[in-house]
Amino acid sequence: MYPIVEKKVLSENVKLLKIKAPLVAKKAQAGQFIILRIDEKGERIPLTVADADPKKGTVTIIFLEVGKTTRQLGTLDVGDSLENFVGPLGVPSEVKKYGTVVCVGGGVGIACLYPLVKALKKAGNHVISILGAKTKDLLILEKEIQACSDEFYISTDDGSKGQKGFVSDVLQQIIDKKIKVDMVMAIGPIIMMKVVSNLTKKYNIKTLVSLNPIMVDGTGMCGGCRVSVDGKTKFACVDGPEFDGHKVDYDNLMLRNRRFIHEEENACRLADVK
Amino acid sequence: MSVRKTKHEMPEQTPQERIKNFKEVPYGYSKEIAIKEAKRCLQCKNKPCMNGCPVDIDIPGFINCIAQGDFEKASEVIKAKNNLPAISGRVCPYEEQCERECTLKKIGEPVGIGRLERFIADYEREKGKKPPKKARPTGKKVAVVGSGPAGLTCAGDLAKLGHAVTLFEALHDPGGVLMYGIPEFRLPKAIVKSEVEYIKELGVDIHYDVVVGKTITVDELRDDYDAVFIGTGAGLPNWLNIPGENLDGVYSANEFLTRVNMMKAYKFPEYNTPVKIGKIVATFGAGNVAMDCARTALRLGAEQSYILYRRTEAEMPARAEEIEHAKQEGVIFKLLTSPIRFTGDEKGILKEVEFIKMQLGESDDSGRRRPVPIPGSEETMKIDTALVAIGQSPNPLIPQTMKELNIGKHGNIIADEDGQTSVPGIFAGGDIATGAATVILAMGAGKRAARSIDAYLKNT
Repeated sequence: MYPIVEKKVLSENVKLLKIKAPLVAKKAQAGQFIILRIDEKGERIPLTVADADPKKGTVTIIFLEVGKTTRQLGTLDVGDSLENFVGPLGVPSEVKKYGTVVCVGGGVGIACLYPLVKALKKAGNHVISILGAKTKDLLILEKEIQACSDEFYISTDDGSKGQKGFVSDVLQQIIDKKIKVDMVMAIGPIIMMKVVSNLTKKYNIKTLVSLNPIMVDGTGMCGGCRVSVDGKTKFACVDGPEFDGHKVDYDNLMLRNRRFIHEEENACRLADVK
Repeated sequence: MSVRKTKHEMPEQTPQERIKNFKEVPYGYSKEIAIKEAKRCLQCKNKPCMNGCPVDIDIPGFINCIAQGDFEKASEVIKAKNNLPAISGRVCPYEEQCERECTLKKIGEPVGIGRLERFIADYEREKGKKPPKKARPTGKKVAVVGSGPAGLTCAGDLAKLGHAVTLFEALHDPGGVLMYGIPEFRLPKAIVKSEVEYIKELGVDIHYDVVVGKTITVDELRDDYDAVFIGTGAGLPNWLNIPGENLDGVYSANEFLTRVNMMKAYKFPEYNTPVKIGKIVATFGAGNVAMDCARTALRLGAEQSYILYRRTEAEMPARAEEIEHAKQEGVIFKLLTSPIRFTGDEKGILKEVEFIKMQLGESDDSGRRRPVPIPGSEETMKIDTALVAIGQSPNPLIPQTMKELNIGKHGNIIADEDGQTSVPGIFAGGDIATGAATVILAMGAGKRAARSIDAYLKNT
């Protein structure tokens, strides 16, 4: 069992849990994920490692309550425990000095971006961060990311904070300023990663994205998380989750992530969770 | 006295009944039938059946105990060699092993050795197992990676020899393929758990949620243990590599079976993992896994469940018993049929498979006649779900993270007959070394590796 040692509500539907999992905490690196199962009847869901403290043996996860499992997870509190918590899985991000790196985060993807921003800054990069959300109440980790960024921008769909519009608009402005960007790291909704990748492709800027397909085991066994990258089938769990943003078939990924949408809606209704 | 020429039948659920549930198909022998079947054994002095057993069970010995009604003694004879008889008594291909060598085959059917092994294992479980005797500790520590048939067997045998064994499992349940792959109706999960309990009673300590190669590396295990056994299996699914394979509705056999067996999707939404199959399901491949998929689909409510296979029934790798069960249940076999592409609708949902008819040509390397497409014989078929069951490759996680290990061209860890790899103190066996094979061969490999690990530990 893996006890919850801290809980924070970051926005209405976004929550943070700190879990005691010493083996995972010792090994976790930026870009990796874990798989958890709440109880014996639970499903296995992947969540990115938002932070890890090897000394205290804790791993931080941040999640958006979208389906039955994440909503149930959101009802747990300090003192509760998870049945399973396994990781760190996936290939860690390649953290090195690229030069100027633009880190683009959208929605709950910002949680996955945070450890990377930290690591890229530490590696000596000039880090420009752009965070986006539908509205200001849904923005998370602003202060934390700003603290380790050289430049920091916000965009909201409704203009309630920062620039009104999308993260890609801000990125376009940076590119228009003729700032030499060596790499773009984009993590967020699939559509955001697709738009950002299409933009950077025009300017031939290396772009990495972190994908979040449906998984079961997370060890390369089931192939449920397969994505098409450069026309080849890759498993996000063992080959990723990071891939070259210019080569990912986002449309297929969006379709595959909707595979169980009806079952999910059904389960939520039956469980009578709001 | 003349010997009965046929095996005593094992009573089973009727096909009409069993496709509506996930309960085990055969009920097993009663005591009376088991004794009668055991009395068919000729007790040959040269014990030819034992030549066919990968784990060296004294087969005439345990059958003789059954014939005399001493079931406890029969269990002791089996357990001297086999830690997991309730499992092998269900999934072993006896017809190709012990029973193939049986002298009775000269006049009829062999003794139902598999059925008798299963009877004894079930008898013991129902009656309450005797706790095993613990061996005197040797002070040596062994790490076993993977709790499938190879790992469980190796761990059990090492514990019996007095070594302190820690078993690392990546998933949340023990058993590997026994848990995620083989369906409930063929191998009830309660039985797997009960067999694992026995391994634990022998003193084996099991750690779940540990992905060796990620959570801990093999090198770290080497620092903490005197020897390491790798039994991580063939978990990587093979694909048809045809267009449309990533459409919604195409599953690997592994994903489909893991959802249903390990995650219990057949009880969704009581259990939270979903699976959906629609009305028409096509399984590609004709091994035991393919039969498991096609039969599982029927139990989930498929109206039509097809097996598409590019050769003929004679070349099917599945056990005859599995093919027979599938036929009885109404699985439709479309043979000499090879898929060309999957097509979907505008939402990316699978709708059709296009295939071409084949004919058998010259023999290939495997000795089987190679299927050749018949030009112009393309057809399409409406399907809701495609299950790709054309084999698995060795799991790449450990080979990727441990550079010193010699790896074969199929991604397998190279190990000799006794499980010794290219690195001293590191042993491997089962599907990770051989590529996908059977449960009992993995158990045999685990057993031989345990012997050679014991010998290695005595010399260190």
